[in-house]
Amino acid sequence: MTTTQYRVIGSRPVRHDGADKVTGKAIYTADTKLPGMLVGFVLRSPHAHARIISIDISEAEATPGVHAVLTAADYPNVENKMADLGEGSINLSYLSSNCMAQQKVLYRGHAGAAVAATDVHIAEEAVKKIKVEYEVLDSVTWVLDAMKEDAPLLHDDMVTDSMGEKASKPSNVPAHLHFEKGDAAAAFAEADVIVEREFKTATVHQGYIEPHAVVADYNEDGRLRIWTATQGSFTCRQQTAEILQIPLGNVLVTPCEIGGGFGGKITVYLEPTAALLSKKSGRPVRISMTRSDVFEASGPTPGSFMRVKIGAKNDGTIIAGEAWLAYDAGAYPGGVIGPGCMCVFSCYDIEHAVVDGYDVCLNKPKTSAYRAPGATQVAFATEQLVDELAQKLGMCELEIRQKNAVKEGSRRVDGPVYPPIGLVECLDALKQSDHWNTPLQGPNRGRGIAAGFWFGCGLKSSAACTVNSDGTINLLEGSTDIGGSRTSIAMQLAEVLGLEADDINPQVGDTDTAGYTDVTGGSRVTFATGMAAYEAGRDLQQQMKTLAADLWDCPADEITVDDDGSFSGNNRTLGFKELAVELFAAGEHLVGRATVSPECPTNGFGAQIADVEVDPDTGKVTVLRYTTIQDAGKAIHPSYVEGQLQGGTVQGIGWALNEEYFYKDDNSMANASFLDYRMPTMLDVPMIDTIIVETGNPEHPYGVRGVGETPIVPPPAALANAIYNATDTRMTELPMSPPKLWKAMQKHQAS
Amino acid sequence: MAPKSVSEVVAVLSEQGDRAKLLAGGTDIIVQLREGLREADVVVDIKKIEEVTSFNYCPENGLSLGSAVACYNLYEHPELSKLYGALADSTHIIGGWQIQSRASVGGNLCNASPAADSIPSLIALNAIAVIAGPKGERTVAAEDFCTGPGRNVLENGELLVSIQIPAQCSNSGSAYERFIPRNEMDIAVVGVGSWVKLAADGTIADARISLGAVAATPLFAEQASAILIGKEPNEEVFSAAGELARQIATPISDMRGTDEYRSHLVSVLVKRTLITAVERAQN
Repeated sequence: MTTTQYRVIGSRPVRHDGADKVTGKAIYTADTKLPGMLVGFVLRSPHAHARIISIDISEAEATPGVHAVLTAADYPNVENKMADLGEGSINLSYLSSNCMAQQKVLYRGHAGAAVAATDVHIAEEAVKKIKVEYEVLDSVTWVLDAMKEDAPLLHDDMVTDSMGEKASKPSNVPAHLHFEKGDAAAAFAEADVIVEREFKTATVHQGYIEPHAVVADYNEDGRLRIWTATQGSFTCRQQTAEILQIPLGNVLVTPCEIGGGFGGKITVYLEPTAALLSKKSGRPVRISMTRSDVFEASGPTPGSFMRVKIGAKNDGTIIAGEAWLAYDAGAYPGGVIGPGCMCVFSCYDIEHAVVDGYDVCLNKPKTSAYRAPGATQVAFATEQLVDELAQKLGMCELEIRQKNAVKEGSRRVDGPVYPPIGLVECLDALKQSDHWNTPLQGPNRGRGIAAGFWFGCGLKSSAACTVNSDGTINLLEGSTDIGGSRTSIAMQLAEVLGLEADDINPQVGDTDTAGYTDVTGGSRVTFATGMAAYEAGRDLQQQMKTLAADLWDCPADEITVDDDGSFSGNNRTLGFKELAVELFAAGEHLVGRATVSPECPTNGFGAQIADVEVDPDTGKVTVLRYTTIQDAGKAIHPSYVEGQLQGGTVQGIGWALNEEYFYKDDNSMANASFLDYRMPTMLDVPMIDTIIVETGNPEHPYGVRGVGETPIVPPPAALANAIYNATDTRMTELPMSPPKLWKAMQKHQAS
Repeated sequence: MAPKSVSEVVAVLSEQGDRAKLLAGGTDIIVQLREGLREADVVVDIKKIEEVTSFNYCPENGLSLGSAVACYNLYEHPELSKLYGALADSTHIIGGWQIQSRASVGGNLCNASPAADSIPSLIALNAIAVIAGPKGERTVAAEDFCTGPGRNVLENGELLVSIQIPAQCSNSGSAYERFIPRNEMDIAVVGVGSWVKLAADGTIADARISLGAVAATPLFAEQASAILIGKEPNEEVFSAAGELARQIATPISDMRGTDEYRSHLVSVLVKRTLITAVERAQN
């Protein structure tokens, strides 16, 4: 536990963007209006899988008010080159054809053409006049079906890469991953108890409130300006430049305020299309997705099939694990099977384990990251099996977790050895919590717990701070602010300099003004961009020491900086502000800067407790009480940490209980609206209680760990365990919606 | 356009036929026009017409409810919400409160969704639809009003003017309950309306049960209602009614539930609404 006393860190100042957000003055992409701006509309495939025979745009082009019509023919050819998006990489030709279908449409909603017109109604009408001749092909939307020999093939040239070895004939499985440690088969032979089950999870969507939107202005001089809702302006710039085959430096991306992303606003969808429509029409173009576009044609997170087995000795030591995982990647390769494989046993110190994972292409939109991408699925499997194991051994479900929890020195199945981590501390906090110590009473009620993990990454961040003549600071950084990061970054700078949070004016710069900064993702911003701000503060202090030495007429190495940020030397002491004012008056103006690229994961662990009541007549689950516990390393702004824990948990509850892509017989989505894609409302969740554990991350000056993603990992498992304890029915399929739970209870009662 | 009288509306509808659509609260028609599910050249706002925007109750004739009266008028009304418990239940859960301040019961009936929340209540309460048209006025029982999903008995030139619901006595009670996976902002997987009238000895003197979302139109469960008459109100009797009601349900399987699940829910909700209706009648 960290014991250092801080002045700013750990306090709860009002966020810098708070007033703009609550008064509606914050500028989102769809608020952006440029002179002469056109509105774009995208033609989307009505089929889940079809070959495009021909596209006739003549009638659309002739429509009054239409300024440009675009098809894949207007897109440049891009090679099969991998582009690094920061939190994962992607093949550019796939990325390009996901933005605009070439030859084939691979999912319902796949873009096939686009129109720019003077208003959205004209654009929409003109899109209807585009005549596309399709040859409809067989389609497939379930992973196991897509893996079959005779499954309809999405990509004729795609073969399975099995840990570097290429298969000879095409399939829908671009990658097979394999990890092992020890000798799992031998360990299972030695196990006293083995539990094994198959699990399925449905495709789910991040459900951010703001649909994707973009404004593009392609200038006569070849400069392209983009305003967009993105989690990463620099990755957006790179993807757009590469797809359009134009110099990176010609593209300026301005990140507008963003209405949620959760991993779904990293890949580009509309930017290249808006840019090309702008180029063709010579006018700025705005495109916004409708909600059904967002569901059908952005990047949901995978459905999965999992078979997981664990074995233990009679004393409760888990000695063997085995997992076979197939995740749907959507229409193009590169889903989140990798982290799925790495997370399946990430919470437990299992000496012998083997994991096989399959990335599977099928006729759904290309999947994207969603808060701890790939981890929630496997936690749903493993955390239920751990409960089952405890039950068979007559152990308490908490005790078995405490006994087997990973700690410093434990090695994960994919190789890394953990540095100091906080799972044990989270489980201890769970054990001491009021929730755990308050018995749950009443019929049809049950309590469940589950643990969860997400890596949290470092990547590249930059920060620059300009000192104003009054000693306050303008902080320029490049991390799109989704969860209050302006403030959590500014607080770290304020702490190091001895200022207050509101002495710092943090701004998210565009790609022309901010230093290179990777995506807002991987729970990295407060950690890495915060670290950049801290280092920029240190840079300022270094410069000020030199200048103060001149001012005070003493050697620079005699100047010291105290914990409160004050400078001392030659019998003089001045606070940061006072010194800055004095230096400015003396003709010195200051800019501090830093770039960082920490490579270590921040290793966020958590544990959760869920109490439910199940209506035995309908299978409807009511969540009665919920507690989310997480190791934040050090909570910079505890309110935002609590907000992350609550938000992630609520999304996990939705994933657990009702959310799913529901497919019709023709493999089109039946519920592409918030009416029938059921995210929880205010009335569906109780207050989520939070307990912040702080174990301190040695890789960060204040001990920060990423917190944004881990809280979505345990909920489906914790709720499944609670439902089991309420109904004696083990749910192995997500969502655990009323019809499914009722059916499972019927079956259980019959057997 | 916004005519001031029913006859003007009838004239417009007669002339424009299918190309004219009526606007009351607009919570269905605006969405349908926007999504291209319906088309119109003329949208006729009927909220300037006194007859369709007013409601009144008298113990002799019961409730006369103008077809454009917004939902909140019913559940916020201290007496009507007690007298017509089922309708108060329904109007309270149609959309959120913003929707309830615009959406009308008449519109809900005309929209003829199989899953409409107010129609089972209207059927259970034995409501009559009063229709005006080029040939004058006619009436249709609520259970006969819908003819299929999104279709109703209204002919060219006709509009729903009001809904007449019989007067209630102190020993009658009604309830509507729907099943939804969430707790608000949802569409009924199954909805059931029940109405009972108790005799002086506490037995059931009369009853009406109706079902939503389990067939192409909301249904009046005649046999399930009939077997209650003369019986002591208890769980066994309610279960028997639920079983009979379930037999007339012909639900589909979709993203809101399987046919098997929906049929099961019919018996659950019949029982639950009867319990509430009887409680209300007893109080």
